[in-house]
Amino acid sequence: MSSSEDRPGKPDSGFSRRSFLKGTGLAISVPMVGGISVVNVDGAEVKVYGPGKVPVSLNINGAIKTANVEPRTTLLDTLRNELDLTGAKRVCDRGTCGACTVLVDGKAAYSCSLLAVDVQGRKIATVESLAQGGKLHPVQQAFVDNDAQQCGFCTPGFVMACKAFLDKNPNPTPEQVKRGLGGNLCRCGTYVGVRAAVAQAAAQPSTRRGGKRNG
Amino acid sequence: MADYKWPDAQKRVHIGKRISRIDGPDKVSGKAKYTFDINRPGMLFGKIVRSPYAHAKIVSIDITEAQKMPGVAAVKIIQGPGTEIQWAGDELVAIAAVDEHKAEDAARAVKIVYERLPHLVHDEDISKVPAEKINRAADGVTGDPDKAFSEAKTTIEGTYGNAIITHCCLESHGQIAEWTDAQNVLLHPSTQSVSSVGGQLAQSLKIPANNVRVKMDHIGGGFGSKFQIDRWGVECANLSKLAQNKPVKMMLERDAELTVAGSRPSIYAKVKVGADANGKIVAWQSEAWGTGGQGGFGTLPMPYVFTGIPNQRRRQMTVATNTGPSRAWRAPNHPQVALITMAALDDLAAELKMDALDFFIKNIEMTGVRANVYRDELLKGAELIEWKKNWHPRGQGTGTVRKGLGLSIHTWGGTPHASDCDVTIQPDGSVEVKLGTQDLGTGTRTVLNIIAAETFGLPLDAVKVMIGDNRYSPSGSSGGSTTVGGISSSSRRASVDALNQLLEKVAPTLQAKPEELEAAGGKIQVAANPAKSVTWKQACASLGSQPITARGKQPGQGTLATGGVGGIQMAQVSVDMETGIVKMDKIVAVQDCGLVIDLKTAESQVYGAMIMGTCYALYEERIMDGATGKVLNPNMEFYKLAGIGDIGQMQVHMMTGPGHDERGVIGLGEPPTISPGAAIANAVANAIGVRVPTIPMTPDKVLAALAGKGGANARV
Repeated sequence: MSSSEDRPGKPDSGFSRRSFLKGTGLAISVPMVGGISVVNVDGAEVKVYGPGKVPVSLNINGAIKTANVEPRTTLLDTLRNELDLTGAKRVCDRGTCGACTVLVDGKAAYSCSLLAVDVQGRKIATVESLAQGGKLHPVQQAFVDNDAQQCGFCTPGFVMACKAFLDKNPNPTPEQVKRGLGGNLCRCGTYVGVRAAVAQAAAQPSTRRGGKRNG
Repeated sequence: MADYKWPDAQKRVHIGKRISRIDGPDKVSGKAKYTFDINRPGMLFGKIVRSPYAHAKIVSIDITEAQKMPGVAAVKIIQGPGTEIQWAGDELVAIAAVDEHKAEDAARAVKIVYERLPHLVHDEDISKVPAEKINRAADGVTGDPDKAFSEAKTTIEGTYGNAIITHCCLESHGQIAEWTDAQNVLLHPSTQSVSSVGGQLAQSLKIPANNVRVKMDHIGGGFGSKFQIDRWGVECANLSKLAQNKPVKMMLERDAELTVAGSRPSIYAKVKVGADANGKIVAWQSEAWGTGGQGGFGTLPMPYVFTGIPNQRRRQMTVATNTGPSRAWRAPNHPQVALITMAALDDLAAELKMDALDFFIKNIEMTGVRANVYRDELLKGAELIEWKKNWHPRGQGTGTVRKGLGLSIHTWGGTPHASDCDVTIQPDGSVEVKLGTQDLGTGTRTVLNIIAAETFGLPLDAVKVMIGDNRYSPSGSSGGSTTVGGISSSSRRASVDALNQLLEKVAPTLQAKPEELEAAGGKIQVAANPAKSVTWKQACASLGSQPITARGKQPGQGTLATGGVGGIQMAQVSVDMETGIVKMDKIVAVQDCGLVIDLKTAESQVYGAMIMGTCYALYEERIMDGATGKVLNPNMEFYKLAGIGDIGQMQVHMMTGPGHDERGVIGLGEPPTISPGAAIANAVANAIGVRVPTIPMTPDKVLAALAGKGGANARV
């Protein structure tokens, strides 16, 4: 995990199960502001959030956004209910269907399965950030051109998954498409269009450049 | 009187072309706002406490603790003590709180005492269903089936069936309701019925119908399950009232969506069918049953398509189970009955040692008026899937992975629904199409745009389409493939009328009679002398300050849309004989649907239907637990849908052009979703040599069928 810029040099991610399990015991907690306290776990100071609402600071689409949420609140619900970024959709709400896909540090992630408090300091990109200056990203344009959408509810998540997939696999084989995009489900049945969209976007120079950047 | 017809083929600029859906850019960029996405100021979140038991009497409900919890704004008992609950997941208490967590906490604090009662949740094996749970519908007899069977050269018997599936809309059912004052409600529903759902709510709230304002820009799937306001819609409005008129958003959780918000009835049948020495079908007998929860499922169109089989005996029964109620599911009853009919006929063809394609064509006259359409489509499909090259007699494959081919035939109505549409031409030349319809993802917006732009000779972006509001002129519910015919007719009539009014105004300028003018290429011109013209803007400027608004209606003068289509599908599969896994190699659809307005979105409908069909043929099933009476897989990891890697190659051939265009517009949503299950099931039988009697054809069923050799029905 990377450190966030606003808290240099400190463990950034707060309390985690791993650090808890590692710990031999908890020291007395020291209250901090806004429902966050610090406990000593195995010699290291970690933050404990809640109960109750806590302030979170999220790097979303290149800007710092703040919200007050309960620690049990997912990134998805924070985006949708607190920040009115509703492109990511809530469908299965348990990490199966991919409708909530966003990029976290450039990788596709199910935002329904991440807690907001846990992704502070990470770079989060939602579908709202893809189009630049009123121009659709090549992946988005390919979805439009190939009618890779019907009701469109899975589409933003699918677009983000395709973006992350093509960044990593700029010239994918059909077999890679099957596996790489198997984490997004569509009910209307738009996969034929999605396959064509991936092929079109992969052929775009700008998409390929994105791929090289990420290796 | 205006002449309402579609422009001649050679004059069409937009109609019938491949045009990208106009709301596509909004959808790919997250800008499209679905009901689930709407956040209102001061909005509360609603949750529902549901019965954990499939059959129980409510003894007591204590909401006092829930009411006292922090952040809770309203708690309302929906079904109180004494109520007999008939399915797990039924609605008992509604709660509104400042956020979802608080509402969930409060839901957990509601104390309900139940008296449990015995339940029935399975209907696959009719012999295990208590007699009092079986409702026998009217039987039907045609000809003399007993005599025909006694004289038949070849007869087969089998049991076939379909497990219950759900709609599994990705945007779950739900709404945001708020009282804007003591008498008026603003409703954001997720609905297939923008024009009528407000009236339904008003009736329940006992306020005038026009006191409910309905707005919906986008809907994340419906498939037949979103026509009604639903109890949760009414209770959402009640919670708003209790919470000082604050907006309340209540969208079903995924488990509730899969448990109570819609399912497709199971249909099973014992079938006997006989043929004469020439391979002609002479007799049909079916005893069908199924469950739609506590309710039924209407008269089954059995035998499917081959209605002209001369001798028939049909029996139909409904099993009342303690399961979530069924709702219309894309082409209600047709996919299930297609599976049963086409599988039985395919088994008969195999018994006759006939190529299934030859057998179906030999008997095609028994399909009635569309026999020639089906024949043409079967031959086209056979060409696309290379039937004659790839077909082999049933079970003659070798090796671990075996290939097979199967086919199915389907029909649907798709006649237009009633629709009123307003088209306005402004003096500055801008054009607006307005009506209270909804775009389910079928491309309704795009079709409206195409028709108005075509009629006015304008580019697509010169037209603004406004739908999704019950203050616009009323248009029918989007169900049964009735929308495209309805809205294309009403919008064409409105556009023609508006144009004619404009031509009246412009005629003196061009020194011509209005009927000598036409709109084309952004101009109003004299048809016989296009050099004599004014631009669209100049023409509209002649309106002065008064815009033209014309209302078009369906039904109306002239026939712009009709109904009745046929289609066929053929599937090729590979089956692993050791694991029982079925893989889709290819599926082709040949579909008749009259005049196509937008070929791109029309093809998407067919591709989508074949993918949905692949889901229900191979993967999806609502699995009930007999012991607890609950749905075991109300989630998306165990309620299986096909992913992008599961669908194989797909090909769509639309029957368009002369001979089809003349029929006008016909709905397309339902028909192509009917055949996939049957075509895939027949392909599996062709591959492995035995019938897998029920769908979905999961590996366990394939292996069970192989073990039984004769197609013993493992789950029936």
